[in-house]
Amino acid sequence: MLESEVNPTISKSTGLPRKRFYRARAHSNPLSDSHFPVPVSPRHVDYSLHYPHFFPLSDQVQNAKRVRFADVGCGFGGLLISLSTLFPETLMIGMELRDKVTEYVKERILALRVANPGQYQNISVVRTNSMKYIPNYFGKGQLLKMFFLFPDPHFKEKNHRRRVISPHLLDEYSYVLEVGGIIYTITDVEELGEWMKSCLENHPMFESLKDEELEADPVVKLLSTATEEGQKVARNGGQTFQAIYRRIAPPL
Amino acid sequence: MDDAPVEGVELNKDIEVAPALISVHPNQDSVAVAVGSDLRVFDLRGRCGVSLADESSGPFHKDSIRAIRYSANGKLFVSAGDDKLVKIWSTEAWHCLCSVVSEKRVSAVAISNDGLYACFADKFGVVWVVDLHGLDSNNSPVNKKAVPLLAHYCSIITSLEFSPEGRFLVSADRDFKIRVTVFPKNPLDGAHEIQSFCLGHTEFVSCLAFIHTVDYPQGFLVSGSGDSTVRLWDIVSGSLLDTCEVGTKTGPLECNGDEVGYSTVTDVCTIPDCSLVAVNIQSLQGVMLLSCDLSSRTLAFSMVVSFTGENFIPTSLSSSHSGELLWMITGVSKLHGSDHDSLARVRVLSGFKKSNCDSCHPELIVLGDNEVPGAEKLLEKLQGSVSIEGKVFSAAAEAVKRAMCNLLIKKQYPADNREFRKRTRNDKKIKQ
Repeated sequence: MLESEVNPTISKSTGLPRKRFYRARAHSNPLSDSHFPVPVSPRHVDYSLHYPHFFPLSDQVQNAKRVRFADVGCGFGGLLISLSTLFPETLMIGMELRDKVTEYVKERILALRVANPGQYQNISVVRTNSMKYIPNYFGKGQLLKMFFLFPDPHFKEKNHRRRVISPHLLDEYSYVLEVGGIIYTITDVEELGEWMKSCLENHPMFESLKDEELEADPVVKLLSTATEEGQKVARNGGQTFQAIYRRIAPPL
Repeated sequence: MDDAPVEGVELNKDIEVAPALISVHPNQDSVAVAVGSDLRVFDLRGRCGVSLADESSGPFHKDSIRAIRYSANGKLFVSAGDDKLVKIWSTEAWHCLCSVVSEKRVSAVAISNDGLYACFADKFGVVWVVDLHGLDSNNSPVNKKAVPLLAHYCSIITSLEFSPEGRFLVSADRDFKIRVTVFPKNPLDGAHEIQSFCLGHTEFVSCLAFIHTVDYPQGFLVSGSGDSTVRLWDIVSGSLLDTCEVGTKTGPLECNGDEVGYSTVTDVCTIPDCSLVAVNIQSLQGVMLLSCDLSSRTLAFSMVVSFTGENFIPTSLSSSHSGELLWMITGVSKLHGSDHDSLARVRVLSGFKKSNCDSCHPELIVLGDNEVPGAEKLLEKLQGSVSIEGKVFSAAAEAVKRAMCNLLIKKQYPADNREFRKRTRNDKKIKQ
């Protein structure tokens, strides 16, 4: 592994990237017009770049597989990695605004693929502003699951419009979610938890899941345990607030 | 920071320049022009200028008007702009029926086909809706409150259009997107169901228009963009039907060496019953016509109509239901270094009905000043004067072009003076 000897950002022992070389501020301005490439439309997303194992040729149109799970604000990738082995045939993508953090997740996935042949081929990450460009990545009803784990609370009232869950943005999320698809949100900030729950409750295209359904879903437990943020909250003995809703057909 | 940061005072002044707008009544009862904050209307039936009446004293709009429009049935007229006011006028008595206050500057307006709701979009990407039920010419002006209908996250909305059958509201933004939303029975509760996104443009979308005929009542959407193309869409599926690269069809253009945005499409207008689309392109001294074949769903270049001897680059286009005339205007407000506060020039293109619409090249003529309906009286009322010096218009066209670029094209900030630009931030940790 000559590469890791020369490159100090990758740990020699595990082959995984070292977090301290990818440190970034926790908050990123979602209003800024950063210049990263944005696909013109969902058909223009290069799947061979993200999932070479499933899409070996660059312009393979035959393959009908599409991304079905999206982790919005995936951070350091903890959830994606846990979901990858739980749903090995499902393609998933993480979306992250911060440049360095996206690089970290990329390196992490590549390293995991090398260390575990055949595994982790179904996850990838993309640097993008999901509040502006989700319709560029996903077509109508494409997603089965969407995750919003520990989003930025934007405490000040004047900044509430920057929150990733808002009545207007839920229109777009309901557009990319299939009828029956599920949106998972969790936070350790009580006010934000209530805000997200109320936005979802008041939106005509979402209904809450019943307790039995939440019990039966293996993904629910991962929300608070799979991510670095979730583990930090657990370490500090904090409380978490979930809001998990299903996309329904619009009422007539 | 909601808006893009401005580098200096220079840039601010350029953004303030507002292009002149024109809109003609669906049955050609009247024609309205907006130049800066000035709204001018000419009654085509009575062949005389119209005096607008409003409860408020002083000018009706205190800042540049950015959008004007007649309702489909011709009974209402709406004007809105930088003064954050949306005014709804009755076209019979021409007095203001109601004024709606907007939180931000308004960039686009639309009235539902049944005339019951008015929608306006602001520069932060929110589309608002106002209930027009109960607006009566006899009542004194009402103050109505708008509610949010939908939003494009943090993007300037450049155009709003209702679909021909009123099922959908289409909104276009500066982030290359066109969103088609189902217009609900109760719009005051919000429009949450997105029908499709029409994605394909590679620069800001500047204008929208619908093309529809008796055989194709649902019609197709036509959009113009800063990427120098005009595209044809099926809004139900969001699919791109055809693209017309108008940038390559203009021939040599009048441009002063400024490459950015020189063939931006600034306005599109469909000529009813003719399947022709009139297109305004920045720097093109004339108007380009495209023909749309609705059965094969294609859009093709037809011809360019130029205005010989005049520096006429239209800033806005309009046609009525009869589709006989195409009304055009060029002009600008707040032009610096000029004696005039605002300038406008109206011209009319005729011959759409007479010509055989099946032929590729309809015989169109630019009407002379005394052939225009209303002739000199109209020109005096709408232009402010009968004749204007030609070279003032090149400066005007240049100013409008710069203003549009500054507003809609994303700035590329060089990396080298990034530290200088960040100097006002107060959250940086001091480096050791």
